Order: sequence, then C-alpha cells, then structure tokens
Amino acid sequence: MIEKSTWRNKVGLAEMLRGGVIMDVTSVEQAKIAEDAGAVSVMALERVPADIRAQGGVARMADLHIIEAIMGAVTIPVMAKCRIGHFAEAQVLEAIGVDFIDESEVLTPADEEHHIWKHDFKVPFVCGCRDLGEALRRIAEGAAMIRTKGEAGTGNIVEAVRHMRAVQKEIKRLTTLRDDELVAAAKQLGAPLELVREVAQNGRLPVPNFAAGGVATPADAALMMQLGAEAVFVGSGIFKSEDPATRARAIVHAVTYYNDPVEVAKACKEVTGAPMPGIDLKVLSEEERLATRGW
Amino acid sequence: MSRLLLGVLALQGDFAEHLQAFADIGIEAVPVKRPGEVLACDGLVIPGGESTTIGKLCERFGVGDAILELHRRGVPIWGTCAGLILLAKEIVASDQWRLGILDAEVARNAFGRQVDSFEADLPMDGIPGPPIRAVFIRAPYVTRVWGDTTILAALQDRIVAVREGNLLGTAFHPELTDDRRVQEYFVGMVEAARQAREQGQ
Repeated sequence: MIEKSTWRNKVGLAEMLRGGVIMDVTSVEQAKIAEDAGAVSVMALERVPADIRAQGGVARMADLHIIEAIMGAVTIPVMAKCRIGHFAEAQVLEAIGVDFIDESEVLTPADEEHHIWKHDFKVPFVCGCRDLGEALRRIAEGAAMIRTKGEAGTGNIVEAVRHMRAVQKEIKRLTTLRDDELVAAAKQLGAPLELVREVAQNGRLPVPNFAAGGVATPADAALMMQLGAEAVFVGSGIFKSEDPATRARAIVHAVTYYNDPVEVAKACKEVTGAPMPGIDLKVLSEEERLATRGW
Repeated sequence: MSRLLLGVLALQGDFAEHLQAFADIGIEAVPVKRPGEVLACDGLVIPGGESTTIGKLCERFGVGDAILELHRRGVPIWGTCAGLILLAKEIVASDQWRLGILDAEVARNAFGRQVDSFEADLPMDGIPGPPIRAVFIRAPYVTRVWGDTTILAALQDRIVAVREGNLLGTAFHPELTDDRRVQEYFVGMVEAARQAREQGQ
C-alpha cells in the first residue's frame, strides 16, 4: 500500500537536513552560491530579515515568481516562509511545491491568537520557539522541525543561545520527573501531556531541533551545534556580509566539524571580509523584537 | 577475531538514525567524518541527506579518497538515498561530485518534490518474510544498471535497491522504520567480506 506525505516522510526530511546549513536567499544567483557552498537547503525570500527590519512595513510571503525561479535553479530542497497563522499563504506555497514551510515570526503575523494547524498539510513545517513549551505547542499543531527563534536580522547570537539553552534545560529537567510531576510540568509548560511524557522518556524533542536567528560567523554556528542544535539556519548572516560565497563555505565547514576547534579555526580564517553589521539587543524596543511574535 | 567496526559517514544527513538502527541489533557502529576514521571501518554506511552537500564535503576534506580506498580493499559500502546517488557512476543531468563505483545510473528527486514523498510495501530479494515498509523522501531511483549490478527491489518498474559485489544501494530509508532486516543483510555482507579478506591474507 502506498501512502503519501506521512508523518515519517515529513520528519524524515528534517532528519535528512541534519548537520547542514540552510541559507536565506533572495535570488537565483544567491541560491546557486548557497548550493555551491554546500548548503543543504535554501530559504527563498524577497528580503532577508535584516532588510525587513530596516525597511519596516508589513512583511508577507515572498513573490511566488522568485520562489519558483529558485526552485528551478537548485536541486536541494527549497523552503519558504509564510506569516504566523496565515494558512492560505501556506496552502499557496504547498500548491507550488515548496519542500518545507517556515511559519515564521520574521514576517508580520496574520493571526495573533492561532498558529496554523499544520497536520492538514502534505508539506512539512518548521516553527520557531523560545522555550520547550512553545516548541511542544508547535509540534502538537504538526511542526516536523523546530528551530530557535533567536533574534533574526541582528547578527547577534545571544537570543538563539538563550532559546537553545532554555529548551535543553527544560528537556533535561523533564527526564528527572516522576509521572505525577510530569502532569504538573505539562500544565506549567502549556504543552500536551503526551508530548511532555515522550520528551521525558527520550530526553529529546520528537522532531529535529535546529538553530536560527543571529548566526553571523563560523564560530556562531559551531556554538549553536555544541549547544545541541542539529543544523543551522543562516539568514542575513551570509548575503549581508562582504564575502557571501567564502563565508557560506566557511560556515558549512564549521558546522561539519563543529566539535573540533582546530577545524573551526580554519573555517574562521577562510572568511575574507567583514561579517554583517550587528545590533545590540539592548537598543531594540519590545516592539522591534521579532521573537515575541507568536506564543 | 576482533569485533566488527561499522562506520556511518557523519558529514551530513540522518547518520544518527543509522547508528541507532545498528545499536538496536547489537552491532557497534560509530560516526566517521575523517579519512583516518573511514579507513578503520569493516563496513561503511553513507546515509541519506543532501547528495550535493555530502559530495562536496567528501571532495573538500579528503573523505572521498578514503572511501575509494576502502572500496579497493573490498570493504562493503551501503548507500541509502543520497548515499546511493554518491555510489553511482552516472547521475542523470548532473555533473556533481560522486564516488562513481557502482555500475548504475540514478535519477535524483525522481519521484518528485517533498509533497510527493511516500511510503510503500516493498518486497526485496535477499530479505525473507513480509515486504519491507519503505520510506521514500525526495528519493532517487535507478534508471539503468550494467556490469555485475543486480536488482534487489523495484517499485512499479522503478529500481529502488541494487547490489554489485560489496556495494549495496537503496533509494529508501530502512533506518527510519523499526524493521532491521536490511541492516542485518548488510552486516552479513560485512562479515563475509571480512572473512574473505582474512583468508586472502
């Protein structure tokens, strides 16, 4: 019997991306640079997060012509973003055949109360989180991959570190609890008990856990991998730097050998120009923070 | 006789699932990322992942040459999905880096994009009992074989498992289900090859 788009198919694609780098691209030319550098996937966008942040206004799903052109230009999987809760944008992205949808806080939310019911889709979804409760709520809705939110478009890794540590710490804590304590933990996390029990038993999320939001250097990528990320998204960090092609290659190098400082040092030396300019989170007001979008 | 050492190429992809699958049947398997680690193996698995990425990393870090040396020594190599692509001599419409040691031509993403990914019941030669539940993810299939390559499984006339001597290729992912028969089949190849190498010495 043949069954299409099963849960195993969806989570399976996330698993195939492990140990890789997923790069934000806004053109066919950039997508090819990313693929040549060894990216496992590209995120097709109209504007990278740093530009969305700088230009303001409502950020929506990208122009489909751009996404389709990128899909035609590379053989690696192509992801695209839709707004939080905007299931019609997601339906459209599925209809044109994107391989993964990021229901993303980087775009302006379309619904402040509800995220998309992702089980209704054939295409797998990735969602951002700041802590374990948020991760498990997204998985309950059908996300096949979780990533940290970080603070996109800042070139500042501090929020991604905070979110990854929060998730890992809460996972560790769950593994030490008794059954009756897990019920209380589920209430406190705001997450379904079944998923809380599964995490407590296995000591890990039921879907791959990637890092995103603020990765700008090979060392940033190695840091996130050592903190437990299984792969790394790089948004503005590559194409807002002075040397996208060499930086992209260097970040791939650092992710491949993330636990060997000698190799990460080589990766750091490969980059030739300045990284993207960074933003100190202290200068961002609450309204300017993207990570607080969604719940 | 020392214990078998199986390596799972861990440059990129679902190597963790392969490692777990061997652990389930009591076989020691280790992640390998460096030429020296590859050369120590009695058998090597090239996992699913992105074949262009794994290929570039193989070429860039000397791992590809180590795998070719392993093959010359008669050490069995099993490629799943991306791994099968990397073993093949010919890849339809692609000039990407490959090991190029399996007499076969493969087509990438041949069943379609991710929304066309699927599971199917698949009978496979050499695997007795009920069909395998085969998970296909943006999967390739084999479009042509020659030389000593034999077809082990096909789905609606599309070739999805092949063997040539010490090389095994599957377009699907046995590591993603709980069925361990394909792992056991590969361990059988590894044991036989080691015996043959030791007798030859």
